[in-house]
Amino acid sequence: MKYALFLGCTVPVRAQHYELSARNTAHALGIEFEEMSGASCCGFPMKAVDAETSLLIAARNISIASALNLNIITLCNSCTAMLSDAQLELQNNSFYRKCKELGFAFPHDVTVKHYVRMLYEDIGIAKIKAAVKKPLSALNVIAHYGCHYMRPSYLYGFDDPEVPHTFDELVTATGATSVKYPDKKMCCGGSVLGVDEALAVTMANHKLQIAKTEAADALISICPFCTVMYEDNQRKAEEKFETQYNLPVLYYPQLLGLSFGLDKNAVGFRFNRVRPTALLAKVGGES
Amino acid sequence: MIDLKNADVNFKWEIIKHEGGEQLLKCFGCSDCAASCPVRYFDERYNPRKIIRLTLLGLKEQVLSSPFLWFCAHCHACTERCPQGIPVAELINAIKNYAVENGFCPEGYKVQFDLLKKLGRLYEVEDFDLKKRQKLGLPPIDKTIPEVVKILEYTGIEKVVKR
Repeated sequence: MKYALFLGCTVPVRAQHYELSARNTAHALGIEFEEMSGASCCGFPMKAVDAETSLLIAARNISIASALNLNIITLCNSCTAMLSDAQLELQNNSFYRKCKELGFAFPHDVTVKHYVRMLYEDIGIAKIKAAVKKPLSALNVIAHYGCHYMRPSYLYGFDDPEVPHTFDELVTATGATSVKYPDKKMCCGGSVLGVDEALAVTMANHKLQIAKTEAADALISICPFCTVMYEDNQRKAEEKFETQYNLPVLYYPQLLGLSFGLDKNAVGFRFNRVRPTALLAKVGGES
Repeated sequence: MIDLKNADVNFKWEIIKHEGGEQLLKCFGCSDCAASCPVRYFDERYNPRKIIRLTLLGLKEQVLSSPFLWFCAHCHACTERCPQGIPVAELINAIKNYAVENGFCPEGYKVQFDLLKKLGRLYEVEDFDLKKRQKLGLPPIDKTIPEVVKILEYTGIEKVVKR
């Protein structure tokens, strides 16, 4: 199985451990990625300014995968929503004409899927379970979906936007327990970070507090933006709310790689800001 | 107290013309959007229902100049719950787009615009990053993507952002 990998802005320079673990777990499952040379930002950062500009930037990225005749895999929830939005918009004649005017060609129809959705739909839980060599049964983790993994449902038509379950199943496939917890769909606050930092940190704190109450070993993220909130801003939340979390935030492919028994360097645990030392000790690994 | 003396009855038609704003008139004010909103859960100054009602009433200045318009996290919790099937987050986004056209672009977005124009991405890719990627066995990435400028010129968005 071969896909075009769309990296976006944050992952290739700020979350290499996500990219590294995603590539290595994909490889272990027999998935091949082709690079999208010339791909830019997905366009989402310009959506609030001018929706058309953001859609055109996204459409140009789609045209790159279309030339390769490969379906797109994304690692960021917002990139997934933005590219999917443009994919839908391409059916609108006036938008398509504008793309043509800009010289974008779409020789092949391609789909857009988040890496996690691809694992769920194209690989399947059974195959993933079969690849697990070191079941992580000692771990209790909080699965954080993030907003744009399954919403808006009119773009995706995937999973249940109110009671999502696909990511929990994938977490459970590693042998870990996906803790049942309240306010599962709570937004990380990432989108308001640039507008009101105190509000964004308060939003992130909500789930950090829940993870503490549930005594979770880690929060599992599938979006670099959510990780910015839960990991990079964890210290700020601790200061603001006068508490201690020390909660590791792992990207799902890191957890998956751990269960596959991949080498620690193949999943990049040394790049996690909150060191998962205690977590790794529990499963008999080292950081 | 709402004063309609300065209401602009055409405001709603302007929003309806914008991408995402098409279904504005369907709103009957039930407040499901506000009740589902994670931002409002923490900060009641942001209220999508109120923004939509003020828009329908034509209180343009009040809507466009409000810093709380930008509190929408675009999470689409409201979209999923709206009994009228309005993509509420897209509607709020249409109002944001109109606010930018009218000179209310938050500074943060101006910075993001400049980065996209210069780099085609939000983060500068330094030699250090490329070396780190190489060391990790990750493929090289483009430092800049100049083709993005063509799109920004095509939509003429720079003069709107800098208004």
